[in-house]
Amino acid sequence: MNAREKILGKIRNAQLRSKANEGASAESTTSITQHLAQHPRGPQPPVIGDLLKQFKERCLKLSSDVIETNDRAEVPNLLRNYLNEKKLQTQGVCWPSLSTLPWSAAGLDIQSRPSNSHDAVGVTGAFCAIAETGTLMMLSGKETPPSTSLLPETHVAILDPRRIVATMEDAWDLMRTEHKQPPRAVNFISGPSRTADIEMTVTLGAHGPYRVLVILAPLG
Amino acid sequence: MQNNSVNFKRQVTVKLADVRLQNALSRLQSRFVGGRAAVISEISDFEETRVAAAAIRDRALNDLEHWLLQFEQQATARGAVIHWAETGEDVNRIVVEIAALHGVRTAAKSKSMVSEECGLNDALEKAGVQVTETDLGEYILQLGHEAPSHIVAPVVHKNKEEIADLFAEHHQKPRKTGIAELCLEARETLRPIFLNADMGISGGNFVIAETGSVLIVTNEGNGRLVTTLPRVHVAITGIEKVVPTLEDVTTLLRLLPRSATGQSITNYISLLTGTKGSTDHDGPAHFHIILLDNGRSSILDSDMQKMLRCIRCGACMNHCPVYQNIGGHAYGWVYPGPMGSILTPLLGGLESSPDLPNASTLCGACGAVCPVKIPLPDLLRKLREKQMERGMKTQRETFMLKAWAWMALHPKIYALITKIGVRLMGLMGGKDKLLHSLPGASGWTDGRDFPAPSGRTFRDLYQQGKHS
Repeated sequence: MNAREKILGKIRNAQLRSKANEGASAESTTSITQHLAQHPRGPQPPVIGDLLKQFKERCLKLSSDVIETNDRAEVPNLLRNYLNEKKLQTQGVCWPSLSTLPWSAAGLDIQSRPSNSHDAVGVTGAFCAIAETGTLMMLSGKETPPSTSLLPETHVAILDPRRIVATMEDAWDLMRTEHKQPPRAVNFISGPSRTADIEMTVTLGAHGPYRVLVILAPLG
Repeated sequence: MQNNSVNFKRQVTVKLADVRLQNALSRLQSRFVGGRAAVISEISDFEETRVAAAAIRDRALNDLEHWLLQFEQQATARGAVIHWAETGEDVNRIVVEIAALHGVRTAAKSKSMVSEECGLNDALEKAGVQVTETDLGEYILQLGHEAPSHIVAPVVHKNKEEIADLFAEHHQKPRKTGIAELCLEARETLRPIFLNADMGISGGNFVIAETGSVLIVTNEGNGRLVTTLPRVHVAITGIEKVVPTLEDVTTLLRLLPRSATGQSITNYISLLTGTKGSTDHDGPAHFHIILLDNGRSSILDSDMQKMLRCIRCGACMNHCPVYQNIGGHAYGWVYPGPMGSILTPLLGGLESSPDLPNASTLCGACGAVCPVKIPLPDLLRKLREKQMERGMKTQRETFMLKAWAWMALHPKIYALITKIGVRLMGLMGGKDKLLHSLPGASGWTDGRDFPAPSGRTFRDLYQQGKHS
C-alpha cells in the first residue's frame, strides 16, 4: 500500500469512527458538489462610501502612492514627474498592452519586455482592485508577466477606476466571469514589500518593490 | 527538527534569566498584541467572522478525505504533481528525489514551518543541493544555525547587534548596524540566489479544493520570487490545510493577518495553480505539492480534532503570559506557545513532552484570541487529564490529587481539615500576614511570599452570615 492510500485510509477510518460515535451523518457527495457550485460567501465588512474613495484611503494606509488622471495619455508625464520628484531612475519595462503609451515623448525609457533584475521601474495594469483593503489583483499570463510587478524597485500599476470592486469575493466572481479558471498565478498586491523581522521594525522594500504607485486612469 | 521539549523546565530557567530575550519579547508583545487590537475593529462583526471561519475549518476536517481528493483531482488536472508523505523523513526523501529528477543543484526557500518539522534543509544539503532560506528571519537563523522561536516572527529572539555580527561574518562586507541597511544587505545578497535557483521551495498556508491551488501569504515578496523564477516549485504543507472554496479561504484571510501581525492584509497573497503555459515568460514548468500527515490523521476523530483548525497565526503565543516570558525555544520543537503545547505532544507523543500541557496558566487568553475558535485551554486541560490517566504525573502530584478528590467526596472531613489548615496558616502568617516558606510548596515561596489566609474558612464565614 502506498503512502497516499495509507493516509487516506487513516482519515477514512477516523471519520467513520467519529461519525459512528456521534451519530453525525457524513456530508453527502451532493452537498459537497453543492458547496463547490454555490461557493457561498462568509460575512463581509460593509464598504462605506464610494469604492474609489475607500480604495484610495486604503492604498495610502498601505504606503502605496496614488495619482489620478482622466487622460490616459497623460500617464507617462505623471510618472516622469513622480520619478523625478523622488530622484529615481526613469528606465524600466512595461506589459505589452501598455507599450503604445507615449513613454519616450515624456522622457522615459520604458521598454515592452519581461523584466530582468536590473530594471528600475515595472509598469503593469491590474485585473481589478479591491476597495476593502486597497489591494491590486494581478492575473499571470503571457501578456501579464508577474515578474514586472516583482523585480523592479518601483512598481507602477495603471488601473481603470471602474475596475475597483468592493471585496475579494467580488474579485473572485469577476475572475470566474471573465476567465473560466484561475491562471497559473493570481497575485494580490497590497503596498510595497516589507519586513519586520529585525526587532519588529517595519522596513519597506524587503525582496520586492520599495514603492507601489497606482495611477488611476480610465480606459477610453 | 529534533523534539527537545522534554527539557522544557531546564530551558525555562535559562530563558527567564536572558535579558536580551526579555527585551525582544516585550517588543513582540507591544507590536503584535497592540496591532491586532487595532485592526480587528475594521471588521464590523469580528465574532461572526470567527464563527464562520471555525465552521469552514470544521467542514474541511469533517470530510477531509473528500476535500483532499477533490483538491488532488483539480491540481493534477492543471499539471501539478501531488505527493503524499506519512512522515517528515518521507518529505525529505520526496524533495531529494524531485531535485534529482530535475537536475536541481540550488534551491531558494520561503518560510515553511512544515519543512521545519521535517528538518528538510539538512536532508537537501546531504544530497548535495545547496538550499538558502530567503525569508529575512529564516535567513538569519540559517546563518546562525538556529531554530525559529516564533511561527510568524522566527528571529524575534535576536537583536540587531547580533544580526549585524552574523552578516559581517558571512557577507564579507563592513559591519552595518541600521535596520534598513541590514535589510538592504540581505536583499542584495539574496537577489542573485533567487535569480539563479533551480528550485523554489515554499509552504502553503492553504490549499483550495475548488481550484487545486496552493495559497501563500507573505510580506517580503520572497514567497513570490521563489514561486515565479525557478523552473521547479515544490510546495510542502499539512493534509489539514485544505479549504473548500475561494470564498472560504477569503473569510480565513480576513482573520489570518489581523490575528498574526495586526495587518488588515499581507502585502502579497499568491494563489498558485498548475504549471506555466507554453507561452508564459514566468513561472515554474514543474509544480510539485507535498501533503504531509506526520501524525495529523491520528488527531482527526479524537476530542483533540479542533486543534487541526489552526491556521498558524501565532495570536495564541503573542497573548500567552508563559510565551511572553520564555520565548519559543524553551518549548523544544517547531511550534511554541499554547498551540505548540498541544500540537507537539499530539504529533510527537505525550511522553516526550510531559511539561508542555502544564506550561499554561489557563488564563484563557489564547482561546479568546484564536481566530478559528480552538478551545485551547480546554485542549490543554484534556491533555493533562490524559497524563493523569496514563499515570504520567509524579507520585506526589498523583497522591495530592487523589487525596483532594477523596476529601471532596467527604464534605465533613473536608470542612474539618480546611478549618484546621486555614487557622494554622493564619497563625503562621504573623503580623504581615505573609508566609515566607510553606512545607511542600517551596516552588511558590522561593520566589515570592504566600498570602496567609485570614484564619477562617469560607464555610465558617457563610454559616456565620446565615445566623446573623
